[in-house]
Amino acid sequence: MSLDPEYLKSERSQEWRATLRSKTKNKERTVIPRVHMPEQAPEIRVKYQDREVNLGITSEQAALEASRCMDCVTPTCIEGCPVNINIPKFIKLIENGDVLGAAATLKETNALPAVCGRVCPQEKQCESKCFYVEKMNLESVAIGHLERFAADFERASGTSNIPKTAAPNGIRVATVGSGPAALSFAGDMVKNGYDVTVFEALHEIGGVLKYGIPEFRLPNAIVDFELDNLKKMGVKFETNFIVGRTASFDDLREEGYQGFFLGSGAGLPRFMDIPGENFNGILSSNEYLTRVNLMGANSESSDTPVILGKRVAVIGGGNTAMDSVRTALRLGADRAMIIYRRSEAEMPARIEEVKHAKEEGVEFMNLCNPLEYFADEKGMVNRMQLNRMGLGEPDASGRRRPVPIDGSEFELEVDLVIVAVGVSPNPLVPSCLPDLKVSKWGTIVVDEDKMQSSIDEMFAGGDIVRGGATVILAMGDGRKAAENMHIYLQNKISNTTKLN
Amino acid sequence: MNRIVEKEYFSDKVIRLVVENPKIARSRKAGNFVILKIGEKGERFPLTIADADPVKGTITLVVQIVGVSSAKLAALEIGDSITDLVGPLGKPTDIELKGTILACGGGVGVAPLLPIVEAFKKAGNRVISVIAARSRDLIILEDQIRRWSDEVIVMTDDGSYGRQGLITAGMEEVIQREKIDECIVIGPAIMMKFASLTTRKYAIPTQASLNSIMVDGTGMCGACRVTVGGKTRFTCVDGPEFDAHEINFDEMLMRLGGYRAEEVIANSKYNQK
Ligand SMILES: Cc1cc2nc3c(=O)[nH]c(=O)nc-3n(C[C@H](O)[C@H](O)[C@H](O)COP(=O)(O)OP(=O)(O)OC[C@H]3O[C@@H](n4cnc5c(N)ncnc54)[C@H](O)[C@@H]3O)c2cc1C
Ligand SMILES: Cc1cc2nc3c(=O)[nH]c(=O)nc-3n(C[C@H](O)[C@H](O)[C@H](O)COP(=O)(O)OP(=O)(O)OC[C@H]3O[C@@H](n4cnc5c(N)ncnc54)[C@H](O)[C@@H]3O)c2cc1C
Ligand code: SF4
Ligand code: SF4
Ligand code: FES
Repeated sequence: MSLDPEYLKSERSQEWRATLRSKTKNKERTVIPRVHMPEQAPEIRVKYQDREVNLGITSEQAALEASRCMDCVTPTCIEGCPVNINIPKFIKLIENGDVLGAAATLKETNALPAVCGRVCPQEKQCESKCFYVEKMNLESVAIGHLERFAADFERASGTSNIPKTAAPNGIRVATVGSGPAALSFAGDMVKNGYDVTVFEALHEIGGVLKYGIPEFRLPNAIVDFELDNLKKMGVKFETNFIVGRTASFDDLREEGYQGFFLGSGAGLPRFMDIPGENFNGILSSNEYLTRVNLMGANSESSDTPVILGKRVAVIGGGNTAMDSVRTALRLGADRAMIIYRRSEAEMPARIEEVKHAKEEGVEFMNLCNPLEYFADEKGMVNRMQLNRMGLGEPDASGRRRPVPIDGSEFELEVDLVIVAVGVSPNPLVPSCLPDLKVSKWGTIVVDEDKMQSSIDEMFAGGDIVRGGATVILAMGDGRKAAENMHIYLQNKISNTTKLN
Repeated sequence: MNRIVEKEYFSDKVIRLVVENPKIARSRKAGNFVILKIGEKGERFPLTIADADPVKGTITLVVQIVGVSSAKLAALEIGDSITDLVGPLGKPTDIELKGTILACGGGVGVAPLLPIVEAFKKAGNRVISVIAARSRDLIILEDQIRRWSDEVIVMTDDGSYGRQGLITAGMEEVIQREKIDECIVIGPAIMMKFASLTTRKYAIPTQASLNSIMVDGTGMCGACRVTVGGKTRFTCVDGPEFDAHEINFDEMLMRLGGYRAEEVIANSKYNQK
């Protein structure tokens, strides 16, 4: 919708934007240096699991940064955003002093701007397509920082506007899961007048946003605020409800649910299947982060235990690995190490997370791979063996393949190992639906234009379809599924009325 | 939801609770379990659904007080509600007409054994149950087990009730006497280890229901992993029952102690309060 060039052109040609463009020459805009996100000092922030590292930019910084954007005739940045936010429009509104207007623009296509502004891998998405990067070899406009600024400004202002919803149409639809994919689906369906229930297996809503991503990167209060907006719009939430177990899909159909969105995520942690991996003190990043983020195990008052490692090795180079290693540091580790089998250039983590981890004192042991673990007489891990890797030819992922170097084995003393080498799709939902088509990797197969699965009234998106992706891609899927389920259900209803 | 409607003490450490949850009562099958959380700061912990009444919409739990979470649950009274309760989880027991079943339960393991005994009996099997505990006051649910068994042998370590000896002695006696088609064992890991060594000698197919440490119970964390047949499996989604002769019990025993230090600290803090 917002990618429609005619629409973008008409928006761009509005008088206020033309005036704004003519006020400052592009030459002047391009000499302004990119804003620096103010941060909590590393030596302070490593003491607090629950304090955000990025402090947010000021209004002055935001206005100046916004003025860097040239309001391009062909805003390529939008193509880089999976939900096609009208980026120049929201940025120009900030430059023009209408921050609430900017926030409203964000919400047209993005149900969780405060979240995306914080966790999107902008450097690979919108910002990688900015004119500054593509044509001028300069640092991109700080789209993510500005998005966070506008969303935070709106929240702080207390004037957050609840998007309008159509009159209730009485049609019940359900989501399986409450991660970003399901939440954005729910938001769009409730806007269209549907009676939406979000079912979540855990005792908290939010999926990875709650149990995975730590407070120092994404405070739960921010997620809760966005959830509150959805509640105000009429979305119902049921926690402790595992669709397929607590009630079957047939039970829910009987209760009147006519459409389902499957957003059950990629919950199944992978291990490496090497000797000693089941010793105590070796856990998946999901277990470690769940204990800390969802169960609050680091706080005195929580009943959930967590092992406080002094020499912590985290295996992997993604966001999950960075979150785990930085959590370990905050929980008192003397040595917090990343063990990654490729080099930094291949790391899938957001660049900012790697930078922050380094500032905080995380040791990076790149081009290293675990071979075996050893334990004390009680079965508690105390040592691991690794070898060094070199990089060979590019593999299927386009990244250079790591190859072990003969005779490079060495040992490392450890007392906590966190395995963050990826997740597989959660098999629970497919296992309850024999007619549901799944790929050989266990992901749900959908028609990519509609996100419709092999069962007509079931749409799917997020990690259960992609195998592992990003918050914003999951949300994009949710939106697309909502749009197409709406069409599907309306057609079905008009067909049945015709028949009657 | 999750309101406690009945509470009964089997001993000062073992309690039976009947809890309202119509959805779980309707969906559960023998062998399933639930995960509970008590209070905002409580931990998530698993308990087997010992019984259910789909008409009244209630499930029965039998809990032994071992640490903080079980003590918090036991402290709830009739009318109180359990903060979070989710289920039914795990694969149900594979119940078929197999012939003669030897059902073995140790300690509080008799609670999860009960629905399985009942289901096997209802499926037309001959069921011989051996239930065991350290002493008389720790034998639970004997009458209920008798109701669904053709024969019940009670064993106590100290001989204060039934016959004196370990559960394996009672099992051997039955196995020597008649042909057993399948065996199921539930109890402390150490008991399951020796019970399964016993049936292995006689090549009797045996299932053991494992009580691994769990967090989510949905396959998301891997805390509950066990090695079965040389492969890592997740107890909460691939189990809780596995072929007992393939389980690496020594590893399981080791893993059960994974948070012992933290549990001891938590327990002493809780008891001070
Ligand atoms: C530690 C970590 C850090 C990350 N950092 C980033 C980042 O910085 N930037 C970024 O863009 N992405 C990041 N990601 C990836 C991103 O979080 C995921 O791609 C995204 O959350 C996927 O969303 P989803 O809606 O598909 O599923 P999820 O967020 O996984 O949510 C699925 C939910 O469904 C529930 N569920 C499953 N089965 C059922 C059922 N049968 N009934 C009811 N509920 C069910 C689950 O309990 C879960 O809560 C990170 C992931 C992790 C683990
Ligand atoms: C699938 C499954 C079903 C279960 N069903 C039941 C049930 O029906 N009734 C019941 O009372 N318990 C059952 N348990 C065990 C129960 O979950 C634990 O007793 C409980 O989590 C203990 O928590 P806590 O905080 O009270 O004790 P903690 O302080 O967390 O644990 C104390 C110690 O007791 C040990 N322990 C835990 N459970 C047992 C056990 N069952 N037998 C011997 N030692 C144990 C642990 O290794 C631990 O070190 C089940 C466990 C699983 C995985
Ligand atoms: S949602 Fe993400 S990709 Fe889209 S504009 Fe915002 S930061 Fe960029
Ligand atoms: S490409 Fe960059 S400069 Fe151009 S409109 Fe987008 S953000 Fe602004
Ligand atoms: S309890 Fe988390 S995977 Fe089994």
